[in-house]
Amino acid sequence: MKPTNTIDPTHFHKVVDCQYACPAHTPVPEYIRLIMARRYTDSYMVNWEANVFPGILGRVCDRPCEPACRRQRVEEKPVAICRLKRVAADNKGDIQDRLPIIPTKKNGKRIALVGAGPASLTVARDLMPLGYETTLFERDARAGGMMRSQIPTFRLPEEVINSEVDLVLNMGVEPRFGNEVNSLKAILDEDFDAVFVGTGAPNGRPLDLPGLKEAGDHVKIGINWLAGVSFEHIDEAPKRVVVLGGGNTAMDCTRTALRLGAKDVKAIVRSSYDEMKSSPWEREDAVAEAISIIPNHTPLRYVVENGKFIGVEFDRVETHWEKGKRRLVSTGEDPVLVECDLVLVAVGQDVSLPWIERDLGIQFDDWDMAVVNRDTFQSTNERVFFGGDAAFGPENIIMAVSHGHQAAASIHRYLTDGRDVNDVPIGDYTLTSQKMGIHEWSYQSAISDEERNVVPIINLEQALEDITAEVELGFDEKLALSEAARCLSCDVQTVFSEDLCIECVACEDICPMDCINFVTNGDEDDLRSRLIVPADESERDLYVSGQLKSQKVMVKDEDVCLHCGLCAERCPTGAWDMQKFLFQADRAT
Amino acid sequence: MSFLKSKFHHPRLARNELGLTHRDYEGSLSTLCAGCGHDAVGAALVQAVFELSIPAHKIAKLSGIGCSSKAPTYFLNQSHGFNTVHGRMPSVATGAGMANRSLKYIGMSGDGDTASIGLGQFAHVVRRRLDMTYIVANNGVYGLTKGQMAATAERGSTTKKGNKVLWPDIDLATMALELGATFVARSFSGDKEQMVPLLKAAICHEGFAFIDIISPCVTFNNHATSTRSYDYVREHVQEGLIADFVPVASDITTSYGEGESNDICLHDGSIIRLHKGSNGFDARDRQSSLGAIHKHRENGEILTGLLYCDPTYRDMHDILNTTETPLNSLNEKELCPGAHTLNGINNGFR
Repeated sequence: MKPTNTIDPTHFHKVVDCQYACPAHTPVPEYIRLIMARRYTDSYMVNWEANVFPGILGRVCDRPCEPACRRQRVEEKPVAICRLKRVAADNKGDIQDRLPIIPTKKNGKRIALVGAGPASLTVARDLMPLGYETTLFERDARAGGMMRSQIPTFRLPEEVINSEVDLVLNMGVEPRFGNEVNSLKAILDEDFDAVFVGTGAPNGRPLDLPGLKEAGDHVKIGINWLAGVSFEHIDEAPKRVVVLGGGNTAMDCTRTALRLGAKDVKAIVRSSYDEMKSSPWEREDAVAEAISIIPNHTPLRYVVENGKFIGVEFDRVETHWEKGKRRLVSTGEDPVLVECDLVLVAVGQDVSLPWIERDLGIQFDDWDMAVVNRDTFQSTNERVFFGGDAAFGPENIIMAVSHGHQAAASIHRYLTDGRDVNDVPIGDYTLTSQKMGIHEWSYQSAISDEERNVVPIINLEQALEDITAEVELGFDEKLALSEAARCLSCDVQTVFSEDLCIECVACEDICPMDCINFVTNGDEDDLRSRLIVPADESERDLYVSGQLKSQKVMVKDEDVCLHCGLCAERCPTGAWDMQKFLFQADRAT
Repeated sequence: MSFLKSKFHHPRLARNELGLTHRDYEGSLSTLCAGCGHDAVGAALVQAVFELSIPAHKIAKLSGIGCSSKAPTYFLNQSHGFNTVHGRMPSVATGAGMANRSLKYIGMSGDGDTASIGLGQFAHVVRRRLDMTYIVANNGVYGLTKGQMAATAERGSTTKKGNKVLWPDIDLATMALELGATFVARSFSGDKEQMVPLLKAAICHEGFAFIDIISPCVTFNNHATSTRSYDYVREHVQEGLIADFVPVASDITTSYGEGESNDICLHDGSIIRLHKGSNGFDARDRQSSLGAIHKHRENGEILTGLLYCDPTYRDMHDILNTTETPLNSLNEKELCPGAHTLNGINNGFR
């Protein structure tokens, strides 16, 4: 293999699994290290710069970082990255003097942002400090989008949304709230230099089964019902509620129903329990509140007898996998009737763009989605950009934030003379030695054996009494520090300089994970098969040095490296060094 | 400074016949200098014992004084150990060996401990062919006392401070051959591929197995005018016979053509398979081995690999007709066989 190119940030970036998995590339180990130093405000700002909504995401993020966490590969459970983010938010001090300065003299460019959700707010946050003027269009009376309307307050308190949304609005965004947006042409006619569409996926998918019409008000769309609760139009639920669907919205529906007076709440799912779409932890939280989840049931019809709504009839199914495709096959048993008073349908959401006229030069595909460039987020009308769920379909908040960052950077390039909007930079990085003394590092190199800490919660009775009572209490300082110490600091890279190596192989011997190998070179498959622990199946990259004096090469399998620094401590010549790799994804600057 | 190595290990780490990983054979975290060859020797020993699937408690580590002799702390934590007086490891090893034949004895010594203060003890333990593996981690320098040249340093090389070595060196491998060792090898701490099979063969060999391992001292003897530095050794090593260790009852496969390899069968049924290098000699012929060592020395080269092995000689236990049972397991009846046996012995002297 050729020596690994470490000038290009890709190799080291991929080693920081959590940051690489985060769509917004939040420098996770960096903010966890700051929590360990009890520098909560600094930790919050590292987050805020990367993901705009640390307090919100610290509660409700989809956490793509956690399944990626290396800790899971060497121990059992990942670091509670998400809940540590909340620790930073809960304990931060005043941040006013750390916020970017908004220029009073504007740059003369005006941007329209449609839909006041996380994507648009991120675009505003990135562009306002550069002197842009932004106008935010939103049908609801308040900004926040689905974070406000679809996530129940017992998971995400209103004041948390307000404080983080206001940080953006207070930069001087011009609000146009409370009016349905029904024409993009009208917006374009206002001579904005660019328009960003971040209208999400606001339409709950209906489940059109026999009996739907007769069932009337007994069947409701989950997200509309949640929004009704959120905006206080709905304040009670009947005794028996059935939620159709197994995603996170379905879980939110069940728990909300319970708080509004329902006594018997079931989530009934077509798939098996393990294949449910919801995040495992949201499922567990629902089960902990005595919600029954019934898998392998496909709804057949809404049952209405003599004008009276009875419930839903289901067919019992089994999951079959054929060529990677899932097929639900009826078991042939008799249908099951589940009696209830209210059905909440939470089987998916759709993007809704009928308000965009079709003669504006924006191309639409067969699914009625706008054609959007995945790198620049620009549509086929060069003035119009998309992001969040509206761009490529329903995802999650952190993905919307990532889209917002990238779209803002594209808009900035588009509106800056002489720059090509398609010239997307990979991002920037610094690499800094952590050596403090002979065997002393400026990061925690010792590996904690602690198991993952559980976030304390309020008792169930209290939780069900008050819908605004946040269930999770968050880590206290003791738990937070213990959890933070579990981080392996994967951003502190093992950097190898072959010209200094004398091949004493002390690093190979000391490495607790047998990552380091001195072997004769070969092609990648061959090298992988000849490592101390062969890495044939591993998805992680190898770190390969140039040729050493003995004609061998150093090959490090990055898969399970603990970043404990023992290789560097054991190296007599400093050929290994522990260097902090701080990656900054491309932003509008 | 890290004093602890994480207990986490690679999830796909190989396990031996006992279900253990090589991590289960580790010792405490080394306090030798970073890059010390002795740590590589320790790691090779861990690997060898792991691969042989020997339970750690069936091994006794013995050592004298010096950097080499503190090294046993850093491997085989679960084994028995005895850190003896300087140069006196052979006596303690002899006593232990006589008392309990059921353990594998691994002596870890250095150039000072063996070639200077312990030379007399060394000569006699070789001569008596005690059943043990005697390793000399040979760096040609007294590291623990800050860098004086040892008796194994070559004449003409210089200390780190620039003083020339005035005296000819003692070649321990030659000496062991002359004194009757039945297994002699030389290796280099920077070559684990060679060390591990040699150590496995030495441990399985019944009789006195001697391995001289050139193990550079990064702190006091790794400079440009040293002949025991990593660079110098790597440039001057000549691998004589390439040895594979074939454990008992494993399928014997070879990638070498007929006549290119040569098997030596050890007592326990395992095999040392030798492949002729370019400068082949007969490893079962003491004279041939001595000749090869001398020839390479004259050329300024260091001959490594298996130098000599003859498993047909009797070891000290055979000569003394010692009991197979460890002394601590003998019962009263065996220890005091009674008047009848005593009479028989006494009659034998009449």
